[in-house]
Amino acid sequence: MQIKTLFATTAIVLAAGAAQAQVSDGVIKLGVLNDQSGLYADVSGPGGTWAARKAVADSGIEKRGFKVEVVFGDHQNKPDIGSNIARQWYDVDKVDAIVDVPTSSVALAINQITKEKNKVFIGSGPATSDLTGPACSPNTAHWTYDTWALANGTGKAIVQTGGKSWYFVTADYAFGHALERDTGNVVKANGGTVVGAVRHPFPGTDFSSFLLQAQASKAQIVAFANAGGDTINSIKQAAEFGIVEGGQKLAGMLMFITDVHSLGLKTAQGLNFTTAWYWDANDNNRAFAKEFAAANGGKMPTMVHAGIYSGVIHYLKAVEALKSDADGVKVVDKMKEMPSDDKLFGKGTLRKDGRHVHDMYLVEVKKPGESKYAWDYLTVKKTIPAAEAFRPMAEGNCPLVK
Amino acid sequence: MFELIGIPPQALFGQLLLGLINGAFYSMLSLGLAVIFGLLNVINFTHGAQYMMGAFVAWMLLNWLGIPYWGALLLAPIIVAAFGMVLERLLLRRLYHLDHLYGLLLTFGLALIVEGLFRKAFGSSGLPYENPIPGGQRLPFMFLPNYRAWVVVASLIVCLGTWYMIERTKLGSYLRAATEKPELVQAFGINVPRMITLTYGFGVGLAALAGVMAAPIYNVNPTMGSNLIIVVFAVVVIGGMGSIMGSIVTGFTLGLIEGLTKVFYPEASSTVIFIIMAIVLMIKPAGLFGTPK
Repeated sequence: MQIKTLFATTAIVLAAGAAQAQVSDGVIKLGVLNDQSGLYADVSGPGGTWAARKAVADSGIEKRGFKVEVVFGDHQNKPDIGSNIARQWYDVDKVDAIVDVPTSSVALAINQITKEKNKVFIGSGPATSDLTGPACSPNTAHWTYDTWALANGTGKAIVQTGGKSWYFVTADYAFGHALERDTGNVVKANGGTVVGAVRHPFPGTDFSSFLLQAQASKAQIVAFANAGGDTINSIKQAAEFGIVEGGQKLAGMLMFITDVHSLGLKTAQGLNFTTAWYWDANDNNRAFAKEFAAANGGKMPTMVHAGIYSGVIHYLKAVEALKSDADGVKVVDKMKEMPSDDKLFGKGTLRKDGRHVHDMYLVEVKKPGESKYAWDYLTVKKTIPAAEAFRPMAEGNCPLVK
Repeated sequence: MFELIGIPPQALFGQLLLGLINGAFYSMLSLGLAVIFGLLNVINFTHGAQYMMGAFVAWMLLNWLGIPYWGALLLAPIIVAAFGMVLERLLLRRLYHLDHLYGLLLTFGLALIVEGLFRKAFGSSGLPYENPIPGGQRLPFMFLPNYRAWVVVASLIVCLGTWYMIERTKLGSYLRAATEKPELVQAFGINVPRMITLTYGFGVGLAALAGVMAAPIYNVNPTMGSNLIIVVFAVVVIGGMGSIMGSIVTGFTLGLIEGLTKVFYPEASSTVIFIIMAIVLMIKPAGLFGTPK
């Protein structure tokens, strides 16, 4: 009993001591939590850790007396594993902010835990728009993209060019459901119809059954509300089953540059999709990409990598301004107060519901003949201005916005 | 015309045919496992990794040496089998006298290492591999890609050929005898250790062959084997560990059942095989075609 009291007192004293210091435990500790080894590992994975470290180095914050440490973890796309790591990080390892977290089901869990512990969650990888909708939290910044933005960019463009009837092949978890719902809404709002949907287990390997059902639906557009390896396999097998020759068009609702690389231009050519960032869009991006590729086995960065960089830069700015990282809500409030500005995403703002707002791009995959050098895959067809790119705050049902 | 529980017959036939195609992969992979388990008593967990290696070697042959699919179909299994035989000589051989568990742990560990190395070298999102016979036939009920038709035919030939070789030829009888009473067979002047190495190589080669066949259909990526291997193990368990015919029949049947599930209740299509496994284990613990030892 006495020993217990002694420990408790020591803990309280230590905690109080930490709060007095500039930042908790004297170090700003960032945890990059993502899929380090599975189907999303190229989308974020170890490259995400690199991007976070690069942001810390570029911010120059360490020269101004702050100590920053970046750790990483592998959530294996499973909410239970992700939650365990997050709790361990927050409770034992004194992590102040969790960054990235692709796989929406895991991100929603981290969103909740971060709120409970009053830390900070900067989501670059997750897609579900619920993070700034019903599940929004004062501790979360959703940085790079979301299902609404993808649906709005790609869905609208396709319906407006005549693709009126849609059939969805959807990954059966939070992300797929959100993407299907958001895209369906955009399709309907623009005068199109959704004729059906099939939900496949995640992750899947063989999509031929689902493709056959899509083919039988006679919908003009077969839309894939899945990601990573699932999208690659779906598109590859759609080519095999002659879906495009049969007169139907394909739409990858969430695609990354690594998916295009993996499919090869011959299979991927002509696909339209929406992205937050493209490595070959300007000199700043190219310089970042060059360094990234050198450190990551020649692969080019995805929008998720760039988003991690941008999010971490902004987080560090807010902590520096506050001179404290102890109170998660205060840090995120500061992030909302200051406009964001960095070399990859340019100027942007963090809205009250936690949505980071910036320009998005509608891109098209080049034909094999148009590609002049390695990873020269996309043409930017349209810039979607920040004001139109994301769901209006009032429509999101976020309890923070009243 | 007639409808079966709300599904038009065209869709049903289409799905059955697709199930058969997936069944072809299950059969070929579980066959290799069954051969290795039946003759060596090793539960070969590297099977998935060896399947993946088959696909990657095919990719390397095409992109680095310009050897097309048909050449890879022959070369890749040989290369991967050689790798398997080296493993058998250096590591697996030392575990034959121990419990199955040791072999399982060793091969599982090796699978993780191999997968990790490929991920490090090639990334996780995979590589493209061109379909060697594009196009397809427009059947009354579905569009059948030529390549898939080829996969079904080829895998049936390979499966039945293997079954015939092991169950009906002299070489097969040596093999079976060597696993039951190695000393006695050795006494007849047959080099049993070499035979076992070759058998392991053959099983691994089958996995690699399935990998080459999968390359044009699935994304060639380091996790392609581990996604499939769990299902394949379920197939082997349902068919009866070590039963050659059992694994062939079960592979195709489960492919069909899975195909049907994808129509009626797609969300359950990845679990249905395990539900069947649980039921079979309760009713017939040795598997449908297995004999209790």
